[in-house]
Amino acid sequence: MRRVFAVLLLPAALCAAAGCRYVTLDRATPQADAITDMHWLMFWVLGAVFALVLAALAIAVSRRSRAPIAGGKDPRFFAVAAATGVTCAILLLLLVASVVTGRAVSTPPEANALDIAITGHQWWWEVRYPAAVADDEVLTANEIHVPVGRSVRLHLASTDVIHSFWAPNLNGKKDLIPGRSTGMTFRVLRAGTYEGRCAEFCGYQHAHMGFRVVAEPPSEFEAWLESQRLPAAEPGDAARVHGHEVFLAGPCVNCHAIRGAGAFGRKGPDLTHLASRSTIAAATLPNTTGHLAGWIADSQRIKPGNRMPPNVLPSGDLLDLVAYLRSLR
Amino acid sequence: MSSPARTDPRESERPTAASEKECAELAHTWRERTGTLGLLFSVDHKTIAKRYIVTAFVFFLLGGLEAAAMRLQLARPEGRFLNPDLYDQVFTMHGTTMMFFFAVPVMLGIGLYLVPLMVGTRNVPFPRLNAVGYWFYLAGGLLLYGTFFANRGPDAGWFAYVPLSGNAYSSGHGMDAWVQIINFTEVSALIVAGSLIVTAFKQRAPGMSLDRIPLFVWAILVTMIMIVFAMPAVIFAAGSLNSDRSLGTHFFNPAEGGDALLWQHAFWFFGHPEVYIIFLPALGMVSSILSAACRRPIFGYTAMVLALVATAFLGFGLWVHHMFAVGLPQMGEAFFTAASMMIAIPTGVQFFCWIATLWGSRPRFEPPLVFVLGFFFTFLIGGLTGVMLASVPVDLQVHDTYFVVAHFHYVLIGGALFPLFGGIYHWFPKVTGRLLNRTLGFWNFALLFVGFNLTFFPMHELGFHGMPRRIYTYGPDKGWNGLNLAASIGAAILGVAVLLFLINVVHSLRHGARAGDDPWGAESLEWATSSPPPVYNFARIPIVASRSPLWDPEGLGAVTGLPTDKRLLLVSDPLDAEPSHREEVPGPSVNPFLISVTMSLGLIGSVFWLWWAVIGAVASAPMAFLWYWTEEDR
Repeated sequence: MRRVFAVLLLPAALCAAAGCRYVTLDRATPQADAITDMHWLMFWVLGAVFALVLAALAIAVSRRSRAPIAGGKDPRFFAVAAATGVTCAILLLLLVASVVTGRAVSTPPEANALDIAITGHQWWWEVRYPAAVADDEVLTANEIHVPVGRSVRLHLASTDVIHSFWAPNLNGKKDLIPGRSTGMTFRVLRAGTYEGRCAEFCGYQHAHMGFRVVAEPPSEFEAWLESQRLPAAEPGDAARVHGHEVFLAGPCVNCHAIRGAGAFGRKGPDLTHLASRSTIAAATLPNTTGHLAGWIADSQRIKPGNRMPPNVLPSGDLLDLVAYLRSLR
Repeated sequence: MSSPARTDPRESERPTAASEKECAELAHTWRERTGTLGLLFSVDHKTIAKRYIVTAFVFFLLGGLEAAAMRLQLARPEGRFLNPDLYDQVFTMHGTTMMFFFAVPVMLGIGLYLVPLMVGTRNVPFPRLNAVGYWFYLAGGLLLYGTFFANRGPDAGWFAYVPLSGNAYSSGHGMDAWVQIINFTEVSALIVAGSLIVTAFKQRAPGMSLDRIPLFVWAILVTMIMIVFAMPAVIFAAGSLNSDRSLGTHFFNPAEGGDALLWQHAFWFFGHPEVYIIFLPALGMVSSILSAACRRPIFGYTAMVLALVATAFLGFGLWVHHMFAVGLPQMGEAFFTAASMMIAIPTGVQFFCWIATLWGSRPRFEPPLVFVLGFFFTFLIGGLTGVMLASVPVDLQVHDTYFVVAHFHYVLIGGALFPLFGGIYHWFPKVTGRLLNRTLGFWNFALLFVGFNLTFFPMHELGFHGMPRRIYTYGPDKGWNGLNLAASIGAAILGVAVLLFLINVVHSLRHGARAGDDPWGAESLEWATSSPPPVYNFARIPIVASRSPLWDPEGLGAVTGLPTDKRLLLVSDPLDAEPSHREEVPGPSVNPFLISVTMSLGLIGSVFWLWWAVIGAVASAPMAFLWYWTEEDR
């Protein structure tokens, strides 16, 4: 019987050994850091409780019966009372630790925090960097650039259904709820690209509603922000000029905006600097010529149910359109 | 009609024995209609309970097939087995089926079968209403699967969050049907709750004072009271969603002053207690099985009862831990964290009392006990991960990931399905007169245990690796491939275990060893009558003098002098179970079936055309009259 229980404990040991690989526990911000510490505190404390209870159970089942207790209080009474007391003490400890961690995670940001407004859509993320002057505002999608070392304050909203913003390395998740505004704060300590995704079921393509957070040194971030403020690049050659015409003549323009190029649609992602982003379709595909062409031609095969209709274009038009879009750095 | 006055040859040996003539008369008085049409007349609590249990198992198999389809889809990245539309329907159906059509009804059914036997009475107090409960449950199930098999099933999840479940984003009839099936299942649950609360309070055998009620009956009683408080919340939620969808109201529409979070509050105010509604009866089963296996009463009876009551009470104070990600004030977070952690205390107390019961008792290793040991292991993991989820910061990382999927399957399969299987091995001989096969039982357990842990343990890690719930596919580059494959293999083993269980049931129904009255030497009253029990349950109502009436050296007493030519229940005082008067209950009738048909037609029809609600109501009126008129005809 005891051997059986030893075998049953194996998965727990494996789990502990594999611990350091956990994405959610790979910390890049003080916020994620605090959560990870809390996580491991609970893991070890509760792991010990698990081992103790199972050991008690194993002994209870396998031990031979002793002579019945003659008179006096049943010793089992004290054992149960003591175990209950210890349970209460452990829970109190974890409660205090949890509340302290909660405060650390939601500490208000410093005064110079960067504000970013994020709106969830079925199934992509609209990312807006508000500015004092309307023309300086930056509108992009699915890729969020943040400076390293500076607090970032996210303003989360949704215009359709409930989504949830989750970049595991940066902080816990927060829902985007129609009719409500929510927020989240973090400060990235390490430059890098962090994956994130929608965590609340939001319909057919919940599975393909990802985003990326690119954390870069402040100078690079400012340069990026500056470049994003510019209107779209002029089409440089004949093919791209034709591609631009295809864009404006076709259905694309109904939903997508390209600032400075006569496209004002707001239903889909802003494409002004599409080529500067590393993925398309909400982090579903790498942003390459081939993937972009495939996506435009028949996005329903890649992401069934998404809001973009298939586009039947002569292959020349399609290639020129892609060439134009790929030039929008 | 001739009465099937078969009397058991051992009748004279039982403490509640009555003469052959008396038994024959009782059998005649309490007889059910025979023939196929007679099935529509049944009012015996055991017949209706068996229907609940068998129907619930059919839904369990359907829900299992849906789970298998999901595991097939997710076994490999970029799976092509289900498209997103179908996947969403399948996972919605899986959750809805398992929660509303399997877990709750199967517990209701087992409670309905055992509680009247355990408290020593002949039937539930409102037998015809009880029949309506089953028909409603069946009608709800037919509606749900009707839409699903038409490929128009609900696809917004079993939690149906607005606005996704609203008209703007789920316009088909699938969600309308989903909203309606909630009404069906809740009505049926409330009917059973009413029946069993009255049974447990007013129909206990003389001498069974409050502190002598079997722990299983306590568990069911507490559960039924939870049903009474929890169901109205979801009936409100479903009703307002229904009216938002079909009448254009704005309960949940923020643009018109409604609130999307209102749904979540109402749904989880029901949804969290729902977990305990499933889980508390299972705890009662654990107590019954353990005391029989250890041949001693459960240690700490009072603590056990208080723990059940405390669990039920706290269970209503922690619904918000399903909603930590919506953004709460710190104070609210701390409150719900504390409440969620606190519920571990009564559960811990029960664990400790069970261990104290086992301590040194050298329990008998039969399949029911083995399932209970499996319960200890799996439920302990589920309970501890539940404590982790109570912490807001930790929860915000793993919320809506596969960690949560793992957690609640450990709680529900570990905490309810393992004891349920144990309970079936334990009470199958009582219900059918034959034991389930022991060897197959051990294999059943081993495969279930291995399959379950292989399926769900890796999901903890998948959650840490960032895999969200309810996704129909994932990219090969995420690093989730191996663990998903392991989970899918585990699911296949789990399927084999369930198949083995079915084989055991079918085989043992015909060829199982004869059980006798009390194959386990257990303590409670259901074992004081024949297996299966006669339609009138006990020839004479027993009189109990202790908490373990069948282990009482004094033996069991019996009430004499009750007339046998009427369907009489002995009504007793809720505290001391002093008999106070006799109550006549109605016998078989087709009226419950008829009114269920007209009302179900109205409710089902209204999914497709609103006026059906009116037609159903108008058609039900004469049925109600008919019922009241014929009520005198006992």
